[in-house]
Amino acid sequence: MKLIAAMSGGVDSAVAAARAVEAGHEVIGVHLALSSNPQKYRSGARGCCTIEDSHDARRAADVIGIPFYIWDMAEEFHDGVVENFLSEYSEGRTPNPCLRCNEKIKFAAVLDRAKGLGFDGVITGHYAQMHETEIGRMMYRAIDPTKDQSYVLAVLNTEQLAGAHFPLGDTVKDDVRIEAKRRGLYVANKPDSHDICFVSSGDTAGWLRDRLGSEVGSIVDEAGTKLGEHKGAYTYTIGQRRGLGITVPAAGGEPRYVLKIEPKTNTVVVGSHEALAVTKIIGDRPIWCGPEPVINTEFRGFAQVRAHGSPLPCTYLQTGTEIKVDLDEPLFGLAAGQGLVVYDGDRVVGSATVASTE
Amino acid sequence: MTIYLDHAATAPINEAAIDALNIQMRKLGNASSIHNPGRSVRKDVEDARHKLSELIGANPSEIIFTGSGTEANNLAIKGFFWQHPDRNLIVTSAFEHHAILDPVEWLVEHEGAEQVLIPITKAGVIDLDFLRKIVQTRGSEIAVISIMHSNNELGSIQPIAEIVKIAGDIPVHTDAVQSFGKVEFDFAALNVTAATISAHKIGGPLGVAALILKRGLDLTPVLHGGGQEREIRSGTLNAPSIVAFTAAAEYAIANMATNFKKIRELRDYFVTELKKCVTDVSINSITDPALPGIVNATFLGTESDALLLLLDTEGISASAGSACSAGVPRPSHVLVALGLSESDADASLRISIGTTNTKAEIDQVLAILPSVVERARNAFVVSELN
Repeated sequence: MKLIAAMSGGVDSAVAAARAVEAGHEVIGVHLALSSNPQKYRSGARGCCTIEDSHDARRAADVIGIPFYIWDMAEEFHDGVVENFLSEYSEGRTPNPCLRCNEKIKFAAVLDRAKGLGFDGVITGHYAQMHETEIGRMMYRAIDPTKDQSYVLAVLNTEQLAGAHFPLGDTVKDDVRIEAKRRGLYVANKPDSHDICFVSSGDTAGWLRDRLGSEVGSIVDEAGTKLGEHKGAYTYTIGQRRGLGITVPAAGGEPRYVLKIEPKTNTVVVGSHEALAVTKIIGDRPIWCGPEPVINTEFRGFAQVRAHGSPLPCTYLQTGTEIKVDLDEPLFGLAAGQGLVVYDGDRVVGSATVASTE
Repeated sequence: MTIYLDHAATAPINEAAIDALNIQMRKLGNASSIHNPGRSVRKDVEDARHKLSELIGANPSEIIFTGSGTEANNLAIKGFFWQHPDRNLIVTSAFEHHAILDPVEWLVEHEGAEQVLIPITKAGVIDLDFLRKIVQTRGSEIAVISIMHSNNELGSIQPIAEIVKIAGDIPVHTDAVQSFGKVEFDFAALNVTAATISAHKIGGPLGVAALILKRGLDLTPVLHGGGQEREIRSGTLNAPSIVAFTAAAEYAIANMATNFKKIRELRDYFVTELKKCVTDVSINSITDPALPGIVNATFLGTESDALLLLLDTEGISASAGSACSAGVPRPSHVLVALGLSESDADASLRISIGTTNTKAEIDQVLAILPSVVERARNAFVVSELN
């Protein structure tokens, strides 16, 4: 096959590209420039589009022996990911930009462009597995549970997944690093990327404050009694306990947690740990990674609501426009906007965006 | 198979230059040393300087060897600016190379300079009336006027002699890296104050170039050190590269007329056939007076990086605008200066034909181009739909 390898400059995408070449595919390396003003050097937490990263990606492509190009996706990334991140936060939701980037950039803008240019698909260094099964080509969790990234890929529909290749899903990260070293890829020991790539400082709250303002609002309890003030409701996370800025202690002295963020009134609602408990989740905008489950029929499976969260045993059904999940055990702290991913064992069934919880 | 159509970026080194380089690299001695080996190397450098000066219509002492065309341009721009503390204005054109535009911008940001960019006419030459006006109204403020001898993306040759006349006493520098060795270029006849030439554009080695500066003039140096070149440029003389530069220049000039005719014929053939085999293509490059081998074309409804990728896959090397330091492609400022929209500029390619190209190669490119353009258009349509 003719494939485009999306190369971030990290060790995973470099090894993924090398494996695809070894498997006999015709591979071209592409680094996505996601910022129109790439930072010159890494400082503190690393961003994903520094000059250094593009050089690392180019060097890896040279060592592997494949052509290398840089694709400017800054506009698409800004419009599709960064703007969405801001608008979601300003509406009191907690988005995951990596899901959005996979859905709108890596396996949409890049995949479409690759196909237009005559390529068959896109290779990335994501940790997930694609298997041919009786019901078609399905996505499964990676064998390394600490690196499994099927959660952030569950926003891809079957058409997108048909053009997606994840050569690292069957390998643990330590072995990928060893392989990189064996292959002479000098990014072998490069640290993993963390945080949100476009928030180069790592201070997401500060980044949001700079863009959404820091209007003072109230922190209230469930009865509406004012307990303190905050500087921007969107810098809080559901389930957050520390640094709330509450001046009135609880009567019994028990800790309080963020229960709700109300952007319209710029209010943060806090309460007890028990009040965070969620057993029912409704997600909208469903995307199916394989065959669509029969409508209004209950299935047993697992739900996952964070990139590195645990699989939670549950019963789920889909209505055509929503996925409804009943958890066996309560989950503490879940925000609207988070990704809800449903699994059948290790197979990814599909995903939705958390709309409401009970 | 590689079909190299990027001669304006760098040209293949010629055998005469390789031979000169090989012989000289085996010789021991620093040209500034007073002992016998040093004197021997110095003689080789001065012989090369002498020959080169004849080829360019200059005096030997007017040649200041540098490490690159960029360095020579920096020396000219910064040197003239710093040499005239009472003159704050730098006049250049909107389609200069970044090796001119960026030092000027640096002086604006850090040294309080002011820049005026002369606009470009549809014919791909600078607006002489604009220059006349600025010289008439603000002539006493101008530290230097720097206009390229020929444009690297359009090929158009600039009216340098006319510019010199308009400038009067104001120093005029011309970046002639694309012209020297390919078209008539005579330093004395043009009567410019300074000019930049470079070896690797004409079959010489990388890492050597020269600023030609009129005798008796002084420039504030950019590099300080041993003062080897007229106390204006410091650094141990790169004898092997200098000798090879002259060898390449001799070869280029001896064959200039033949090569000009051959390359121009290939260019004209390519353009004529291109219009027949690809739809919605417009030619931006200039035919006359111009460099012989530059073709710049806009392929409507494409993106240049997609065209370059697909051509590269087919073994064809071409070029587009410049890239930023992270390698992100940018629409060519030259085409924007010519009046193209950013999206049209972004859909344009430069093909620069050189001495080693053949008609068979051009035919192969013409055979491949329609499908490349079609695929680039498919990818563009898809990305626009998202």
